Amino acid sequence: MLATLIRLLGDFDLAEEAMQEAFTAALRAWQDGVPARPRAWLISTGRFRIIDQLRRRARFDASAGLIAEHLGQQRDNVAPDDLDLPDDQLRLIFTCCHPALSLEAQVALTLREICGLQTEAIAHAYLVPASTLAQRIVRAKAKIRDAGIPYQVPAGHQLTERLGGVLHVVYLVFNAGYSPAAAPLGDADFSGDAIRLGRLLVDLLPTAETLGLLALMLLHDARRAARIDSNGEIVLLADQDRTRWDAERIAEGSALVDAALRNGTAGPYTIQAAIAALHCAASTAGATDWAEIAALYDLLLEIHDTPVVALNRAVAVAMCAGPSAGLALIDQLLAGAELQGYHLAHAARADLCRQLGQTAEALSAYRTAMALVAEGPERRFLARRIAELSPSGTKHG
Amino acid sequence: MRYLCLIYDDETLWQGRSKADNDALYGEYSRFTEDTKASGHYLGGNPLTPTHTATTVRIRNGKVTTTDGPFAETKEQLGGYYLIEAKDLNDALQVAARIPAARSGSIEVRPIMSMGTA
Repeated sequence: MLATLIRLLGDFDLAEEAMQEAFTAALRAWQDGVPARPRAWLISTGRFRIIDQLRRRARFDASAGLIAEHLGQQRDNVAPDDLDLPDDQLRLIFTCCHPALSLEAQVALTLREICGLQTEAIAHAYLVPASTLAQRIVRAKAKIRDAGIPYQVPAGHQLTERLGGVLHVVYLVFNAGYSPAAAPLGDADFSGDAIRLGRLLVDLLPTAETLGLLALMLLHDARRAARIDSNGEIVLLADQDRTRWDAERIAEGSALVDAALRNGTAGPYTIQAAIAALHCAASTAGATDWAEIAALYDLLLEIHDTPVVALNRAVAVAMCAGPSAGLALIDQLLAGAELQGYHLAHAARADLCRQLGQTAEALSAYRTAMALVAEGPERRFLARRIAELSPSGTKHG
Repeated sequence: MRYLCLIYDDETLWQGRSKADNDALYGEYSRFTEDTKASGHYLGGNPLTPTHTATTVRIRNGKVTTTDGPFAETKEQLGGYYLIEAKDLNDALQVAARIPAARSGSIEVRPIMSMGTA
């Protein structure tokens, strides 16, 4: 509804005011019964009330008069069916995720304007003061207005270019709610919101990567309950109680992976989803098809060559070709500068050294990893590993 | 809306290229100008002479200082501009992406501030 009002009024703040007005009006008007099309009623009521208000303000402010005049001209052009378009949601997504806005602002706007979250909840998740986040949103709205960022789904080749950015923002929102390092979110359900956005995108723009992203989010989310134990500690994939995985989400996610693969050349989200689907398909950790997973990482590395992908590939290689093969790859990666500060690279190295019986090496790598992580479940996990390997740890344990 | 497309590029590139390559690039700019005139986007535009011809003036405490060169030394220099009329930022960005220097340097797209309502 907000998305439609933003399109009709061409302004975020006016649209928010209009929505308030509409709900206030409904409280009175609906006492005798709800109209046949409540949504359309709210939208047109909100819109007319804002135009009337702007007209009244025009006595003091000439520009408000001009806006009212402009909006009033369109008044009769709005057909009833034009008030209820899911396309408005899509337009709003493309506006909020416009590359002319900073990535931080894109994420904040998406959470605020599309997911309807309170500024405080968003600020909390990103560990910034609410005033900073509010400022970020105000600035982004000002840029949308002043730079002429349109409420529009881009056409043709611009669409392909821009869809990547939209999917990236949706995935960032998902991870804000999913990463074990994420701040506790209270009632906010970022991952759920991201999945809802993913579904909306699949309905409106079913490209291979849109399907792939929704699949990836569903397959990660399916394992949510099993990856943290009752004490809030991390449970590794291999040790998770697979009966606690959400079978419905896995079935839906896996079907989407198949659809995405049929839909065109596989992009990064689709390949990652295919990897997640293989994990979910294994009834025990030992039954995991690591050779296929390593092959998918090879493919992913070809189109999306980042050190983190290379690290994940090294882990998959270790699982199918043995820890020494994986360790050689990780050492090669750690020789470069990019992964030096990435705790998971050191943790993965430590784990392979541990499997090879190189205890001293393993301990030192776990400590390097631990020094790179803030207080929280990941740090406690590393501390447990160190305790298990330390000579004093075995004495007492 | 009106947008100013500021063209930033390494001005030494012009000296480093053969005459034939520079002529080809001039040709591209003329075609871009003609195309944007035909599509109704073009309002104006000019190349600038290189930064060694620039002079910077500032007044501090009532005193005028005049110095040689641009305000700041940068790797890419302002080398020209186009003033365009575009429906919105998406439209403006599509036009700006067709300016030849977008491939080697960068184009800064700035809306023209509208003064008053008349």
